[in-house]
Amino acid sequence: MTDGMNLTLNIWRQTGPDDKGSIHSYQVEGISSDMSFLEMLDVLNEQLNARGEEPIAFDSDCREGICGMCSLMINGEAHGPEVTTTCQLHMRSFKDGDTITIEPWRASAFPVIKDLVVDRGALDRIIQSGGYISANTGSAPEANSVPVPRDKAMRAFNVATCIGCGACVAACPNGSASLFVGAKITHLGELPQGQPERYSRVVDMVGQHDHEGFGGCTNIGECAAACPKEIPLDVISQLNKDLRTALKQGH
Amino acid sequence: MTDMPDTTLTSDTSHDEPTAGEYDDAAGYYTLGDPIQDAKAPAGPIADRWQTRKFEARLVNPANRRKLSIIIVGTGLAGGAAAATLGEAGYNVKSFCYQDSARRAHSIAAQGGINAAKNYKEDGDSVHRLFYDTVKGGDYRSRESNVYRLAEVSVNIIDQCVAQGVPFAREYGGLLDNRSFGGVQVSRTFYARGQTGQQLLIGAYQAMERQVAAGTVEEFTRHEMLEVIVADGRARGIIARDMVTGEIETHLADVVVLASGGYGNVFYLSTNAMGSNVTAAWRAHRKGAYMANPCYTQIHPTCIPVSGEHQSKLTLMSESLRNDGRIWVPKKKEDCTKDPRDIPEEDRDYYLERIYPSFGNLVPRDIASRQAKNVCDEGRGVGPLVGDFRRGVYLDFADAIKRLGEDAVREKYDNLFDMYERITGENPYQVPMRIYPAVHYVMGGLWVDYDLQSTIPGLFVTGEANFSDHGANRLGASALMQGLADGYFVLPHTIRDYLSEGPFEKIDESHEAVVEARKSVEDRVAKLLSINGTRSVDSYHKELGHIMWEYCGMERTAEGLRKAIDMIRELRADFWTNVKVLGAADTLNQSLEKAGRVADFFELGELMCIDALNRRESCGGHFRAESQTEDGEALRHDDEFAYVAAWEFTEGDEPPVLHKEDLVYTAIEMKQRSYK
Ligand SMILES: Cc1cc2nc3c(=O)[nH]c(=O)nc-3n(C[C@H](O)[C@H](O)[C@H](O)COP(=O)(O)OP(=O)(O)OC[C@H]3O[C@@H](n4cnc5c(N)ncnc54)[C@H](O)[C@@H]3O)c2cc1C
Ligand code: SF4
Ligand code: FES
Repeated sequence: MTDGMNLTLNIWRQTGPDDKGSIHSYQVEGISSDMSFLEMLDVLNEQLNARGEEPIAFDSDCREGICGMCSLMINGEAHGPEVTTTCQLHMRSFKDGDTITIEPWRASAFPVIKDLVVDRGALDRIIQSGGYISANTGSAPEANSVPVPRDKAMRAFNVATCIGCGACVAACPNGSASLFVGAKITHLGELPQGQPERYSRVVDMVGQHDHEGFGGCTNIGECAAACPKEIPLDVISQLNKDLRTALKQGH
Repeated sequence: MTDMPDTTLTSDTSHDEPTAGEYDDAAGYYTLGDPIQDAKAPAGPIADRWQTRKFEARLVNPANRRKLSIIIVGTGLAGGAAAATLGEAGYNVKSFCYQDSARRAHSIAAQGGINAAKNYKEDGDSVHRLFYDTVKGGDYRSRESNVYRLAEVSVNIIDQCVAQGVPFAREYGGLLDNRSFGGVQVSRTFYARGQTGQQLLIGAYQAMERQVAAGTVEEFTRHEMLEVIVADGRARGIIARDMVTGEIETHLADVVVLASGGYGNVFYLSTNAMGSNVTAAWRAHRKGAYMANPCYTQIHPTCIPVSGEHQSKLTLMSESLRNDGRIWVPKKKEDCTKDPRDIPEEDRDYYLERIYPSFGNLVPRDIASRQAKNVCDEGRGVGPLVGDFRRGVYLDFADAIKRLGEDAVREKYDNLFDMYERITGENPYQVPMRIYPAVHYVMGGLWVDYDLQSTIPGLFVTGEANFSDHGANRLGASALMQGLADGYFVLPHTIRDYLSEGPFEKIDESHEAVVEARKSVEDRVAKLLSINGTRSVDSYHKELGHIMWEYCGMERTAEGLRKAIDMIRELRADFWTNVKVLGAADTLNQSLEKAGRVADFFELGELMCIDALNRRESCGGHFRAESQTEDGEALRHDDEFAYVAAWEFTEGDEPPVLHKEDLVYTAIEMKQRSYK
C-alpha cells in the first residue's frame, strides 16, 4: 500500500438524541497507510474545523485497544474489517479510492447521544446486578492460600480480557449482550473465589440484561466474529448451563 | 549490587562542585516562600509509623458515616479502589470520570505488572528491600515514610485482588507466578499476561459497581470536573460539566478526593489516553493546593517509534519485554538501513549490556531512555528518518525464542507482539522490534502530606495525581501498587481522621464560594467558545508538546528552559486570542473539552520548565546537561537539592512561590546510584 490515499467517507451525523440523523459525505486526501483509522478521522475533523463545520463526535480514549471506548460500525462491521478495536485498525487495511461508511453502534439498548457516540450505560448496570465477587477491602485471605489450577486460571483470564466495548451487541441481529454477560459469568465462575455467588450471579445478570432491552441469543455467532478480544462463543454455552443449574437450584 | 544497608543511618553524599547556592538558574522566575513540612508521619522507627498513624487516626462511628459525603474524581485504580472501600465502609460516595464508564480509566492500559513484597520466590525480597529499591529508584527524592508504607501494604493488595477474582498468572501448581521488572534483581512482580492494569482495574471497578448497587456509591460518568469549591478554608465540592448535556453542575460534600491521574499529555504525544489531563489537579492548584516537583517526568524506553506527523499518541511496549529482549543498534552507521537480521553478531552493539554489565537490559528507565537517545544522536538509530535522525533501537527476541521456544515467548508476550504488528505492520517474531523512548508517567503532582491531604484542608489526592511515592523516578510496576495502596489501604484510614471532625456546616449553592466557582467555569466556557479565531485546539496542543519535548524532555539545559518559558507564554497568549472552538456549550462538544484541557496544560508546562530550571542537578528522570559526571551519568547535588519543590500558585503576573520540603532519611543511606 502506497501513501496518499484519497477516500470518500459516508458518516452518520446526528445533532442529539432527538435528532433523526443522516449520512453525510466527506472527502479526505493524502491519507497515509501508517495512520490509524481514528487518526484519519482526526485529519477530517481538523479540515472541518478549518472550514467552520462542527467536527464529528466519536469516542476514543486509550487508542491502544484496551479501554473499550472506541466504537464504530465501519462498512457495516463492528470495529471494521480486522479482528481488533476501531482505534487499532490502521489505514493499511484500506486502499486508494475506497468509500467507507461510518456509523455508530446500532442497538436499542445503546441510544445515540451525538454523531457516532452512544450511551452504553446498560453494560455498567449489568455488572452492578452481580458481575463481581463480594470481597470487602481488608477481608481477603493470604493470596496463595487458595491455589487455582492453571488451566482454570488461564480460561478465566482469557475471557476476563473483555473490554466492554459492546461490539458484540452492535453485531448481533438481536442486539443481544450474551457474549459480554457470558464472558463475565465464565471469568468469575472458573475461579474458586467466584463459587459462592455463582448461581445468584447468573440469574441476576441475565435478568438485568433482559430488563435493559438487549435481545435474546439465537446462536448466530456474529458477536464472537466481531469481538476484538476473541471472546469465544462457548461462554454463552457456559452462561446457559449455569443458568439452568441455577434455576434447578431454585434461584 | 551490594549496597543494601542493614543499619539505620543518615548521611549525605557530598560532591566537589558546585557548592551550595552557587547557582540560582531560576532567579527572577519565582520567589522563595517558607519551608513546608509533612506534619502527619509519626516519629519513631520507620517500620512502626503506619501502624501508629492508623491507630492514632480518629474513628468515625458507622452511624455517622451515613451522614458524611465524599466526592472522588477519578475511577482508575486510585479512585475506583477508594470509592469501593469507602462505600463498603458506609459513607456516601459520589464518583466522577470523564469516560462513558468507570471501567475505562487509563489504569486499564497498564501492561507489565504490579509489585508486592510477598517474597514468594524466596529470593531475598522483603518489605524493607522493596522500600529500599523504591527510594533508590526514585534517586533519593521521595519521602521515606510514604515509601515504607507503600511497601508495607503492597502484600495486602495482592490478597485483595485475588479475592476479587483478578486472574493473575499462575504456575503449574496453581500458585501465583512472579517476574522481575526493570531496575531490581528480585522477582516480585505479579502480572496478568500483558494486561495487568486491565485486570486490576476491572477488579476495582466491579467492587465499586457492587457499591453502586448497594446505594453507597453514585456514579457520574461523562462528567468533567472543572473547578474545586473551597468554602471557609475547606474543600467542599466541585463544579463539573455534564459532557452529554453541557450542563454545569454543583456537587457538594464533606471532603473531596482527586484521583485524576497524570498529566503526561502536556507533551501532546505520550502513552497516556487522549483525555488524560491536568485540569482537575490544576484547578485545585489555582485554588491553593501546592504542586510538587512538576518537572519529574518519566520517559519510558520501550515505546513504538513515531511514524509521522499525523501521530495522535504513542504506544508503550511493556518494559517486561526487557526481561527477554536484547537491545542493540548497529556498530556502524552504514548498517542502520540494512535488514537487522543480516547484521552479524560482531557488528551489533548491545550497548546496555556493554555499559552496565550487571544490570544489562534491565537498567532503570531513565538510563535506558537516555542511552537510546545517545546512540541515535550518534547517528546509529534505526527505522524511518525523523528530522535528521533515525529515532529507534532494536529490541530483539531472537535469542529468547531460541532459548525458550516461540510458544513460551508467545504465552508471555502474545498481546504485546500482536499490538506491535498491528501498529507497525511488522512481525516481531521474525524481525526485531524497533523502540524509542516516550513520555509515560509523571512523578510530579499535587503535594500531599503523609495522610495524602493537600495544602487545601479536605482535599486529598491519590494515585498518579499526587507526588508522593516515586521521587524523581518510578520503578516499573509500582504505579499500580501505589494506586491500589492509596485507594484500598491508605486513604480510607487517613480520610476518617479528617471526617471525624464532620459533618461540616452545611453549605448550599448560594454560598459565595460556590457562586464564584460556578461563575468562573461558566465564564471560561463562554470565553473559549467566543474567541472564534483561526487555529484549532489540536494545533496548539501539538506545538506546546513540541516545545516541552524539545526543551523539557529527556535532557534539559538552563538556556533551553528559559527559551521554552518564553515560547510557552507567547503561544498561550496567542491561544486566548486566536483559538477556534466550534459548537455550542449545551451539547456534547469534544473541541470545547480539549480546549479547556490545553489551556491548563500551558500553565502547567510553564511551571514544569521553571521547576526544571530551578533544579540544577540531575536526578532520576530529570537530567540537567549542566550536572553530569565525566562519563555522562546523572549527577545529584544532595547538598542543595535534597528537597521536594512545592509550588504555590500566584495570581496575575506574580511569579510562583517555591516552598521547600527537606528530605530527611533515617532508615536509608543516600547514595549516588550506580547500575554499572
Ligand atoms: C501504557 C501504560 C502502561 C503502564 N504500565 C504500568 C505497569 O505495568 N505497572 C505500573 O505499575 N504502572 C504502569 N503504568 C502507570 C499506571 O498505569 C498509572 O500511573 C496508574 O494506573 C494511574 O492510576 P490513577 O488511578 O492514578 O489514574 P488513572 O487510571 O489515569 O485514572 C484517572 C481517572 O480520573 C478521571 N479524570 C481525570 N480528569 C478528570 C476530570 N477533570 N474530571 C473528571 N474525571 C477526571 C478519569 O476519568 C479517570 O477515571 C502504565 C501507564 C501507561 C500509560
Ligand atoms: S465480549 Fe467482546 S465484543 Fe463484547 S463487549 Fe466484550 S470485548 Fe467487546
Ligand atoms: S480507544 Fe481504547 S480501545 Fe479503542
